Amino acid sequence: MASKRQKDSPEEEKKQASSFPDEVLECVLGFVKSHRDRSSVSLVCKDWYNAERWSRTHVFIGNCYSVSPEILVRRFPNIRSVTLKGKPRFSDFNLVPLNWGADIHAWLVVFASAYSFLEELRLKRMTITDESLEFLAKSFPNFKALSLVSCDGFSTDGLKAIVAHCNYRNLTELDILENGIDDLGGSWLSCFPENFTSLEVLNFASLNSEVNFDALERLVARCKSLKVLKVNKNVTLEQLQRLLVHTSQLTELGTGSFSQELTLREYSELESAFSNCKNLYTLSGLSEATSLYLPALYPACVNLTFLNLSDAALQSAELAKLLPHCPHLRRLWVLDTVEDKGLEAVGSSCPLLEELRVFPAEPFEQDVVIGGVTESGFVAVSQGCRKLHYVLYFCRRMTNSAVAAVVKNCPDFTHFRLCIMNPWEPDYLTKEPMDEAFGVVVKTCTKLQRLAVSGLLTDLTFEYIGKYAKNLETLSVAFAGSSDRGMQCVLAGCPKLRKLEIRDCPFGNAALLSGLERYESMRSLWMSACHVTMNGCRLLAREMPRLNVEVIKEDGSDDTHAEKVYVYRSVAGPRRDAPPFVLTL
Amino acid sequence: MDGAMGLLGGGGGGGSSGGSTDGSMSTVSKAEVVEQDYVGLMSEVSSYPAEAELELGLGLSLGGAMKAKPCAWREYGRILTAKDFPSVVSRGSSASSSSSSGRGTSTTAITGTKRTADTVAQDVGHANGASQVVGWPPIRAYRINSLASQVKASTAEEDDHSIFGNDKNKNSAKKDTNNSNNKNNSNIQEKGCRRSSLFVKVNMDGVPIGRKVDLNAHSCYESLAQTLEDMFHRPTTTVNANRSSGEKEHNLMVEAAKSSRLLDGSSEFVLTYEDKEGDWMLVGDVPWGMFLNTVKRLRIMRTSEANGLAPRFQERDQRQTPAPRLRGSKPI
Repeated sequence: MASKRQKDSPEEEKKQASSFPDEVLECVLGFVKSHRDRSSVSLVCKDWYNAERWSRTHVFIGNCYSVSPEILVRRFPNIRSVTLKGKPRFSDFNLVPLNWGADIHAWLVVFASAYSFLEELRLKRMTITDESLEFLAKSFPNFKALSLVSCDGFSTDGLKAIVAHCNYRNLTELDILENGIDDLGGSWLSCFPENFTSLEVLNFASLNSEVNFDALERLVARCKSLKVLKVNKNVTLEQLQRLLVHTSQLTELGTGSFSQELTLREYSELESAFSNCKNLYTLSGLSEATSLYLPALYPACVNLTFLNLSDAALQSAELAKLLPHCPHLRRLWVLDTVEDKGLEAVGSSCPLLEELRVFPAEPFEQDVVIGGVTESGFVAVSQGCRKLHYVLYFCRRMTNSAVAAVVKNCPDFTHFRLCIMNPWEPDYLTKEPMDEAFGVVVKTCTKLQRLAVSGLLTDLTFEYIGKYAKNLETLSVAFAGSSDRGMQCVLAGCPKLRKLEIRDCPFGNAALLSGLERYESMRSLWMSACHVTMNGCRLLAREMPRLNVEVIKEDGSDDTHAEKVYVYRSVAGPRRDAPPFVLTL
Repeated sequence: MDGAMGLLGGGGGGGSSGGSTDGSMSTVSKAEVVEQDYVGLMSEVSSYPAEAELELGLGLSLGGAMKAKPCAWREYGRILTAKDFPSVVSRGSSASSSSSSGRGTSTTAITGTKRTADTVAQDVGHANGASQVVGWPPIRAYRINSLASQVKASTAEEDDHSIFGNDKNKNSAKKDTNNSNNKNNSNIQEKGCRRSSLFVKVNMDGVPIGRKVDLNAHSCYESLAQTLEDMFHRPTTTVNANRSSGEKEHNLMVEAAKSSRLLDGSSEFVLTYEDKEGDWMLVGDVPWGMFLNTVKRLRIMRTSEANGLAPRFQERDQRQTPAPRLRGSKPI
């Protein structure tokens, strides 16, 4: 690459044998896919900046308010695929009021003129209305893929608009995941035109209403490129079998309800349908699965790498029988109905496992004395699954020594999310705080990028985190810490921290302000139910004008207390669409 | 930083927050004190002002109140320092005013801020009883919905024929169904097979907060009654201190010797249940398995209200006679 980066005139530049013409540079840079690499590329010099901006086709915006559509469009003229994330993550847990914002419409309007060739839109935690969906469907003739995760504001009528207006050659992906939407019925599925054959991804697992099965069957039968099909619970086993007849090329399947009265013949038809699904890498759904029908699945599991049983309340024995049929399993999601015994089976049957998520079947039950998983299940998994690097574990009790044992077995954790469900729960055996557990995690797991802490924790936990977690990017804290010092240690210590979300902790203004220098290098900070006051926030806003410091006011709350604080860097300035309960300081 | 702190009116007591966890803090103006309507247990935190001026009250997070009166039920997360934990009293006292925020719960009556928005998680939180914290545990709403419609199916699969109907009401995963249908009682074969849970609501006369009990954790009326007595009668301060199962066992063992007063008619309360037909019956008259199949919920009723029943209750041999129905008692 040319080392001359001074401003030669364009002709001179082109004459130099060692310098690349722009076109070549753009072509080369077209192979650079990662966003971080592209950001680095754009910082090298002006030529590279320009080449990068012209060659970029996909943009990822982690916080929709950090930039405006106008700025985006000005910098990147050739975008075909946009990924946008909106609300703070804690909105998933109802900590953010409705109508907070993150509405896609303003973006769509700008895109309609600047990116009329837009092909893909992936949204997470954004608000999108039916009108916007219709606008989307009509404004982008090349549109191919729509993915909505944890979004709200729309109904199935909006889906109808997408389906009905999409160019029949182009739509390849419709991925509607886990959204809070108005399910007005399943007729949207019947709106796919009869000549529509291009679908590759269809995921409507989280929609509740029934779709017309005949329409679905015809759709699946004519879309020969269909790779991903995730149906909802209303699709019965017998219907599933009919679908599977057409879809031997599926790589990802989400079943409907897995419990139905089947005759023996129907059962064996189901079994042979699954036998045809040799290409499956991902399997999910299986709601209400019982040991009666699970064996029908076994032939389809031979190549599975991701098994999502978080909708299936399996018992330990059922899991233990299923797992040996999945020898290549890398990712497993289960409910805690499998209990420790089930996790022992995981440990013994899944040596290649890299990711485990255990969700609680009864998260709000305080009185559960049986069921669920404990520290021994966690240890059992770690003993057998030495490659484990991602864990999300909901439990009601844990011990420091168990966590120490786990990370000793699996020192390569990149994501460690432990949720002891009762706040301030101490070590089950010693009754001490869980500080040492997280201490050993951060000391041992040098690659740790994401950490969620829980249980009884003092500032010591955060001292450990600040001191050792040098690669930490995301930290989630709830009901923890003893004083400002905790948060101060983290802000002073974790150089790669990008997202910090805190709730119900005794961190106040001193802690908030100790991060003055840090927030511009982070994506965002969330603090709710802490001890931060309005004055503290105002001070922060005053000192750091390039940050947006927003306070969400709740009815009836004290005027001096800042109940929910959201701080993020932005080049777009303060929000112009903030609702009345969001105060920008 | 002190100068800066001064601007904040001493908020946060910046200087003193450093290493002190013993609650020493600068006094600050009342303006920094957070709540007038605070109903929650809040203890001293080094960086936080003037706890001494706070009224420590204890609120029950009653579902209806949450939505209707945000100011009265405004609550803040409970914020503790480590020093609180050795002293059980400060946590136990949080339960003392609520007879039903029973044992084993360390999340006492705390709630985060409430919104009036209808969300599943909130509905779930309210209906489930004593102590709920908004958005905790951190489970996304769609998953809560899907748990609500989960059938915890039986594992009795040895028969050729399937024994599970496609029960439509389990599939109705509408947003607010979490608790009312959180029970699996269809097509259950009494085969001694292990089932996951069979939670039913229990209300006791005079106690505002209901509880839930897992009927599958019991194999007979005695142990069920014992558990219910423990839930509703046990003094909560001792309960909070005994959260290990070892302790629980000990307590239960101590109690086991005494026969359950709820069943023998000697207490001022009787245990009743509502069956599938909506009738209220005395618990104990039918075989346990049959009881499991028909029970919808339980109520610990004042004996005075359960008219005309007591003598029969002790005569368990008389199973041919239909179980007595309680006339005039209104379901809760």
